[in-house]
Amino acid sequence: MKVTMTVNGRPMSAETEGRTLLSSFLREGLGLTGTHVGCDTTQCGACTVHVDGEPVKSCTVLAQDVAGKSVTTIEGMANKDGSLSVIQQAFQDHHGLQCGFCTPGMVMISAALLNEKPNPTEEEVRHYLKGNICRCTGYHNIVKAVMAAAGADSRKLAAE
Amino acid sequence: MHNFDLVKPSSVAEAVAALGSEGAQALSGGQTLLPSMKQRLAAPERLVSLTDIAEMKGVCRGEEGLVVGAATPHGVVAREAKAHYPALAWLAGEIGDPSVRARGTIGGSLANNDPAACYPAAALASGATIVTDRREIAAGDFFQGLFTTALEEGEIVTSVRFPLPERAAYMKFAQPASRFALVGVFVAQFADGVRVAVTGAGEDGVFRWTEAEGALSADFRPEAVEGLSLSAEGLLGDLHGTPAYRAHLVKVLTKRAVAAA
Repeated sequence: MKVTMTVNGRPMSAETEGRTLLSSFLREGLGLTGTHVGCDTTQCGACTVHVDGEPVKSCTVLAQDVAGKSVTTIEGMANKDGSLSVIQQAFQDHHGLQCGFCTPGMVMISAALLNEKPNPTEEEVRHYLKGNICRCTGYHNIVKAVMAAAGADSRKLAAE
Repeated sequence: MHNFDLVKPSSVAEAVAALGSEGAQALSGGQTLLPSMKQRLAAPERLVSLTDIAEMKGVCRGEEGLVVGAATPHGVVAREAKAHYPALAWLAGEIGDPSVRARGTIGGSLANNDPAACYPAAALASGATIVTDRREIAAGDFFQGLFTTALEEGEIVTSVRFPLPERAAYMKFAQPASRFALVGVFVAQFADGVRVAVTGAGEDGVFRWTEAEGALSADFRPEAVEGLSLSAEGLLGDLHGTPAYRAHLVKVLTKRAVAAA
């Protein structure tokens, strides 16, 4: 069955089976491989994308179940002129990534947090990012980056 | 995952009809069912998605308490129940993580009846009524053991009605990897007494700690349960905690819940 959804603002279609996951639809159907599949068991959050503005783990959503909806992936996060968005730039500035595998999911979940709560506390950031796992264990700089993107003075955060 | 057909009904009646076919199963948020299907623990031939049925969504204050549509995701309950039933809203906001809460639903959680899920404790402690496409079931009759409920084949939970307690609180000792409750205790005080429901600990799933209910109905203070001890018999034991450890946690969390209520 052909499924169409609005991906990063543009209507896009691909053939699906009932079992096609949103992550497979994006990566294999549309070639948008910025969405990473880490664990494929709903635990790591590397595959996080937004569906109608809400974060979801795209490895645990069926493509046909979100047909017609609006999806944002990491490819849709940069500014229109191609420069990095505030959150992406903050991850770069604060070394919020090491190997980078979890980064697309981290950026997407952080964007969801800042949409919901523009000025979170450090504790709120850590709570919200619970379902996103960084195997390099670089959490501290990730939290710093999110705080900086929210306009907080990240130098005030404890060093380690 | 084995392949299947996905159907997306837009009304409860259509969903019930679609579930009538051989090998069909209801799909709510899918946060448990899809991982189970990937592990081939389940292989339905047809999934009937309940996610776009408008009549099964939303949180609404009615005369008999708070009515939560069964297809309402945890994140929405966390936001919209806050003004009416803060303990329930807090519970919903601590399930899994934000992405899981955006998809997983109250109806899916109750119908699955995982022995470590949070919602069954809220339903049982509140004396909630589970409303289905064909009848109403008291929470006390609904939960019937591990992953077992009173639901018939093809029966759909459409909403849950929570009577509103005078005060209540939920305390959860989370298993850090799964974020399910290693033990969770929901305490609710009503005009006619206190109800205490425990999840994560019972071999047969959620249960009421009636001894604590008696003590707390007489004296709603953490000290009231100090002298009680829950038997470890019939409690779950696994590599995360022995039955005795869980029994201890039940008491600690009950006291904390009473203090927080």
